[in-house]
Amino acid sequence: MENHYYNAKDLDKFGNIAEYQKELADKFFSYYGEVFKDSHLTAKEKSLIALAVAHAVQCPYCIDAYSSDAFEKGYSEAQMMEAVHVASAIKGGAVLVHGVQMMNKVKEIGM
Amino acid sequence: MIKSLKVLQHPLADSENQLEVLENSLGSIHPTFNEKLVLSGMYPLRASGIDIMQLNLGKMCNQTCKHCHVDAGPDRKEMMSRSTMQFCLDVLKNSEIDVVDLTGGAPELNPDFRWLVEQIKKLGKHVIVRCNLTIILANKRFYDLPDFFKQHQVEVVSSLPSFTQDRTDRQRGDGVFEDSIKALQMLNRVGYGKEGSGLMLNLVYNPAGAFLPPSQTALEKEYKMELASRYDIVFNQLFAITNMPISRYLDYLLSSGNYSRYMDKLISAFNPASVQNLMCRNTLSVGWDGYLYDCDFNQMLDLKLSTSGNQHISDFDFVILKNRNIVIKQHCFGCTAGEGSSCGGSLSV
Repeated sequence: MENHYYNAKDLDKFGNIAEYQKELADKFFSYYGEVFKDSHLTAKEKSLIALAVAHAVQCPYCIDAYSSDAFEKGYSEAQMMEAVHVASAIKGGAVLVHGVQMMNKVKEIGM
Repeated sequence: MIKSLKVLQHPLADSENQLEVLENSLGSIHPTFNEKLVLSGMYPLRASGIDIMQLNLGKMCNQTCKHCHVDAGPDRKEMMSRSTMQFCLDVLKNSEIDVVDLTGGAPELNPDFRWLVEQIKKLGKHVIVRCNLTIILANKRFYDLPDFFKQHQVEVVSSLPSFTQDRTDRQRGDGVFEDSIKALQMLNRVGYGKEGSGLMLNLVYNPAGAFLPPSQTALEKEYKMELASRYDIVFNQLFAITNMPISRYLDYLLSSGNYSRYMDKLISAFNPASVQNLMCRNTLSVGWDGYLYDCDFNQMLDLKLSTSGNQHISDFDFVILKNRNIVIKQHCFGCTAGEGSSCGGSLSV
């Protein structure tokens, strides 16, 4: 192991996960390929969703891949940043909406 | 206005320096194009005939696009003479070549451009003009180009790297998008791109950055929808073309630190199925000075034909040239990546 957890070159080795479990890897990559095809949503729209999700799950490999993919598919920098803000708003909102739970509890136990 | 590499006396203005970068800078771990063809059983690459003659009428252009493989611009003076054009016409008259593809620079800047189109049409050949659109608005003497094109049933092929201003202007220069839209509307007004008119208007997409084009089919659908809804513009087909690591685009790749990554992309996306349809196999490229090349890219790298003679249009021999071996180097990966790429877009494989 190297002395860090993430290496940009590992993204190119993603397919290598099949070395340890081919059947499941094949199923995953087949499913992955199908998900990103043009269908009710275009491949371009799916790329922007993937970019936002990549930021929400804070996956550096996914951010690398979908920053390139979304830009190559024609999204502007402003559009891509707005997608990241959507992810941020949902994540921030997810934290804040739990504030209601906190309030509920405090109201329950407080005088 | 950006100056050409030649006027700047940039090292990459010299084709030998470009070839040195392309052939030797990545080290031996990368396969050569030659090796890829051998592995695919397609070496040596041979011409399948000559269906298209592509004429470079000169390197002068009213634009200085950042990705230009010709290093064209307002400061370039090279221009095809009428006597060289006459050699081309003599060849066309006595051959089965049906299509003449006029390119540059901006081919319309050649003072004999209209004369040449008229002469080619008299021979009954199909003419394609690679029009950069903004030339139509560059000077009032070009305002009637749409009518001239229509009169001679010229197929117009024009670059528009995006349906948005920002991305177009970043690649082609400030104000280019706005003028391109106006020019497209002028072409539409005389019937170009309209169903049933027979007047072909095709657009060219090429990436504004260090990446490969997305799917041509999806892109064409999006372009048609966006240009119609935003500007009421129609066109026939979109050609998605890969940027060649030559001249100003090579300079961009090197200076932005993208060269190695871009070449990796081209090489790893090598598609053996695209080789059969490569444009060099059925096209002959004629330089502004009459010298012959397998394609416009080889022309810019000064890679002349593999034949021992017959290197100039004045020494044209159809039988010898239609079976020639194609000269290949590392830049050829630009035409075989992904869906493949040619002056007519994706090779649809």
